[in-house]
This record gives sequence, structure tokens and C-alpha cells, in this order.
Amino acid sequence: MAIKEMTYREAVRQAMVDEMERDPNVFLMGEDIGRYQGTFRVTQGLFNQFKQVRVLDTPITEPGIVGLATGAAMVGLRPIVEMMTMSFSILALDQIINHSAKVHYMTAGQACVPLVIRGPGGAANQLSAQHSHSMEGWYAHVPGLKVVAPAFPADAYGMLKTAVRDDNPVIFTEHPTLYGVKGEVPVDMDYLVPFGKANVVRQGSDISLIAYSKMVHVCLEAAEALAAEGIQAEVVDVRSLLPLDVETIYASVRRTHRAVVVYEDWRSGGFGAEIAARIGEDCFDDLDAPVGRVGGLNVPMPYARVLELQCIPNANDVIAAVRKAGL
Amino acid sequence: MGAGGIAARRFRGDMAQPAELTIEESPAELEELYRQMLFIRHFEEKCNQVYRMGKAGGYLHVYIGMEATAVGWLSMLRKDDYVITAYRDHAQALLMGNDPVAVMAEIMGRRGGTSKGKGGSMHLYDIPHNFFGGWGIVGGHIPLGAGLSFASKYKGEDRVTLNFLGDGASNAGVFYETLNMAGLWDLPCIFLIENNEFAMGTRLEYHAANVELHRKGYPFGIRHERMDGMDVLAVRKAARRIIDYVRNEQRPYLVEVMNYRFAGHGAADNDQSLYRTPDEVEAAKARDPIKLLENVILAQRVLTPEQIEAIHSDIEDQVQEIYEKADAMPFPDPEEVYDNVYTDMEVEKGH
Repeated sequence: MAIKEMTYREAVRQAMVDEMERDPNVFLMGEDIGRYQGTFRVTQGLFNQFKQVRVLDTPITEPGIVGLATGAAMVGLRPIVEMMTMSFSILALDQIINHSAKVHYMTAGQACVPLVIRGPGGAANQLSAQHSHSMEGWYAHVPGLKVVAPAFPADAYGMLKTAVRDDNPVIFTEHPTLYGVKGEVPVDMDYLVPFGKANVVRQGSDISLIAYSKMVHVCLEAAEALAAEGIQAEVVDVRSLLPLDVETIYASVRRTHRAVVVYEDWRSGGFGAEIAARIGEDCFDDLDAPVGRVGGLNVPMPYARVLELQCIPNANDVIAAVRKAGL
Repeated sequence: MGAGGIAARRFRGDMAQPAELTIEESPAELEELYRQMLFIRHFEEKCNQVYRMGKAGGYLHVYIGMEATAVGWLSMLRKDDYVITAYRDHAQALLMGNDPVAVMAEIMGRRGGTSKGKGGSMHLYDIPHNFFGGWGIVGGHIPLGAGLSFASKYKGEDRVTLNFLGDGASNAGVFYETLNMAGLWDLPCIFLIENNEFAMGTRLEYHAANVELHRKGYPFGIRHERMDGMDVLAVRKAARRIIDYVRNEQRPYLVEVMNYRFAGHGAADNDQSLYRTPDEVEAAKARDPIKLLENVILAQRVLTPEQIEAIHSDIEDQVQEIYEKADAMPFPDPEEVYDNVYTDMEVEKGH
């Protein structure tokens, strides 16, 4: 195993290279991923390395792409479909939810769908209302799918490799603002980060900040600021929404007795509400304050930077929620 | 094609007249084709009865009147070819080798069903025999079928995928998306539009801007044609030619098979007068695919009327026995509700 410093983008790319080299049935398909090198450059160089048909440029037709990948997966291929942004996966909801996610159940186990749908999810920079969705909570609602949203390069690498080897359809969300984030990655063919394991990325005794994807970084920033005034916040990186590791979350809450759940998706009805409800159901007696929630504003994402930044939760929003919890 | 033929009536002049058919099938093959169509007819009639008895629920769509299409095409495939269809799937499920008791049991929601009671009439599968269902969203399965053919091409196999869809599904956006990919990547996939002239209760001329649906292959560089789907021998002849082309050339094909469903859209479709007249149904029934083959069999003296009579009662008995065996099977256990959501993980239990 070689520990290498790389960006989140490079970690995702390295995971795909590893898995394609390991298994000839793994292939990539998506819009502009080949000759154009990927809109976010995640697949840069892969077309030259693996050629058509293993790096397949597709028409801009998400339902067709996901449907074709699902059929191919049912007979043993292991497609990785790149969504140019997860917002575009909305077009393919019927194929994802009503086809891919149902195959194993409706066939009573006769067939399975080893499919990965990956791409950037969440607000980037002034992409406005139609390109800024956080879709992971929508998918985590659906039995039959697995949904992960890693926050760090090493997790992106290890979890994407796990996703490719999984026999079930996996939604793999990358946040567009994380692509340039650097971290140490243990590059090794068999380095796998399992699903369903949350990770305490900062220890603290006063309050649990629970988040995934980019919001983990926002929580770490808030925790830093709180530490300066003597408040020790613990940060739990959920990593995997479905399956969800409630035990690690509960253990943290039982230590700190306070919790704030932070997510970029619209605050109302988002996945953070699910986490908050579970803490309320199962840790009521451990809590010294109601579970707080910080989510995106319940508006379509506006274009102007000042308005966009207003919508996306930041460290100050998290700190305000910590105050509301009595600290 | 007979003067009373439904396709002739509605599309006179724009369909190629079938050439004089030389019968290539042996007497044994003719009898087998006859038995297959008759079996489907009786099986489907039993399904309707089962539904009326309250022993099947949900949506149930029978293949009555369309038998020559599935029997003709599937009899020309190789065992390793792939087949996928929508929700009018009983015939394909039976012909691809499923145990008919398991099919009936699935329709009746029993544990012994093909999907252990999880799928029902619309979701029949037989993956070991290369039958991939059994899908309920109009048009939704079409790209899956292209994916099957993509996979066989990717692996360097020479399988053909037979991708059934209805005339209604040929309007779905994902159909055009799939045709584009199939044309672009030369997928060995046969898109087979079963044009039974109705998208549920809406007639062809009220749902399609161009009622010659096969022409939808043209913009994608896909060879296309319309053919009769009532004469099983003509169906087989055309099917052999098209399957050979797709297998050898590794290119797609779009074929519009003109047939007619004698039954309603689904078992719950109880007022067909809303979309068709008794005269029209009667005209279509003059070209009943079973009757057409029976005429050939009698004319060729393959079977006597008495032998045909005996086959009828034999198949009726078979279907009755299948029904009784299925009806004797238990329903699923409540705990089974959690099985097969994932390949490798349990789901959370309880409400």
C-alpha cells in the first residue's frame, strides 16, 4: 500500500482505474466522459487509457443511459454511470427507482444490478436552480438502492471501489466543491471502505455535529471556532446514508447529550430530518436539548452569489444551532 | 391475407402482401406450434377466470388473439438469446421454459411462484432461461433490453435480444433514446412492436401521429418493416430472416408486428365498447391465429378433426391441472416480505 496525497477528484479517478484494471466487466459510460475528458475532469485520461467501449461517450439521454446500464448489469457487466451532475439524474428517476432498485426484489433474487451511478451532487458555484440539487436524500428513501456521500479523498477512493464490487445499485454522490480537496489516500487494489460505517472525524464532549459530504467540512470549521471558546464539538461523518450506521451516531449523542444534524439539501423533508427523528426516537433520555437541524433554505437555488451563499449552510449557521441547543 | 383481416382492413395497401407460403414445417412442428398457441389461449382464459374468482389481484393482461406473435418469434430463437417484454408477459414466460405451475402460482400470489409471490402477473421472470421479464411501466423496459444486447456485444457473444413493446410504448421518449443508442452502437437488438392497435383504451390513430410505427426506425438508421402477426407460419419466416440478419450483422432491427388483442387491455377492462365495435372484433376474429393454423393443419391432413378435438381437451385438462396445483400452494410467509431487497444486507424491520 502506498500512501499518496491526492485530490478528491484524483481519488475517484484512481478508484475507477483500479476497478477497471481488476475486472474487465467494469466500464464507464456518461456524457462527455471520454473524448472531452469529463465536465469536471474526473475521467481525464481514461478514454486514452481504456478506449471505447470501456469509456463510452453517450448521448445526453439519462433515462436511456441508466436503463441500458441496468440491463447490462443484469447479465454480468458492472457499469459505472457518470451523471454530469446529480441534478440530471432527476430525468432518470423512473429507471433508477422503478427499474434498477426493483430488479432483485421483483425477480425474487434471480437477478441483481451491480450498477454505480456517480457524479457531483450539491451546489457548486452559481449554477442556479436547475443544477444545484442534493439528491442523496431522495435516493436514500428508496429500498433497493445504496447511497453514499463521502467527504474525504480516502473515503471517496475506498467507497467507490466498494460500490463497484457491490451487487446492488449504488448512488455515489461527490460534492462539486470537494473535487479539489486534498488528502492522504492509501492506494491499494484491496483498500475498501465498507458501507454503513459512520466515522467520528473529530472528538468532542459537548455536542455532536452530524453531517455527510461537504457539510462535514462545514461542521469541522464550526467545531474549530467553537473550540476557541471552550466548546468541544464532536463531528460525525455519516458517509453512508443507506445503509445508515445509527449506532455510531447514537454512541456519539450518548456521550455528548446534544446533537445538531447538518445537510445541504432543502431543510424540509431532507435526509437530516430522518437522522434527527431517529435520534429523537432512540436517544430521548440521553438528550439535554432538542435535536437541532441545519439545512439548506427552502427555496430553489438562486444565481446571484450573495443569494446562493445565503442558501447553503455555513459554519455560522451551525454555530447558531449549537447556541440554540444551550451552549 | 384474408379480406376480413384486421391489418388489411385498417392498413390496406400499405403492407406488403405476404408471398405464397411454402410450408417448411414438418407435421410434428405444425402440431407443436398449434399446441403452443392453444396452450397459451387456454392458460390465459384460465387466468381471466382466476381473476374473476378473486384468486388473482392487481393488474392482469392476457395474450388472447396475439399468440402467433410470441409463438412464431420465440420458436425461431436460439436458447441463449435474450427476451424481454412489458406486462403482457404470460406467453413469453411460458414459452421461454418456465414451469407453468410456477407462472400460475405467481399470478395467484403464491410462494411457489416464479418470483415467490413478489411480482404477480406483470412481473414474471425466468433468468436461467434468459427471459428478463415482465415490466410494468410503459416503455420503461426498452433500454434494459438494449442493455442486454449491449452486454452480449461487449462480451463478444453472438446472442440476439428480442425486445417486445406495445404500440403505446412506441410513443415513449425512452424508446427514441434507446433506438438512438442501438443505432449508434450497432446493438444486436430486435425492437418488436406488438401493434395490437390499442394503447390501453386509445386507438392507434388517436395516439400515434404516424400509424406506421415501424417507420420510427428510419431516423436512427435502423432497418424496419411491418409484418402480419396473425399467421404463425408467416411470422416464423419473417422472424428467421430478421434474426439471422441481426445475429450475423450485429445490427438492430425494428419490426412492427400487426396483431389484435381479442381481450380487453387488462382483466379489469370491462367496457370495450368505449373504444371498439363488435363488428371490428368479429372481423379480427376471422383471422384468429389458432384458426388460421388449424386450417393449414386440416388442409395438409396433418391432423384429423378428431385429433384436433383431442388436443383441445388434452390442453384444457393440462391447464386445469396447472391451476389446481398452483391453487394448492401456500401464500408467502409474512417474514418473506423482507427477502431479496438487497443481495447482501438485511433491511430494517417493522413499521
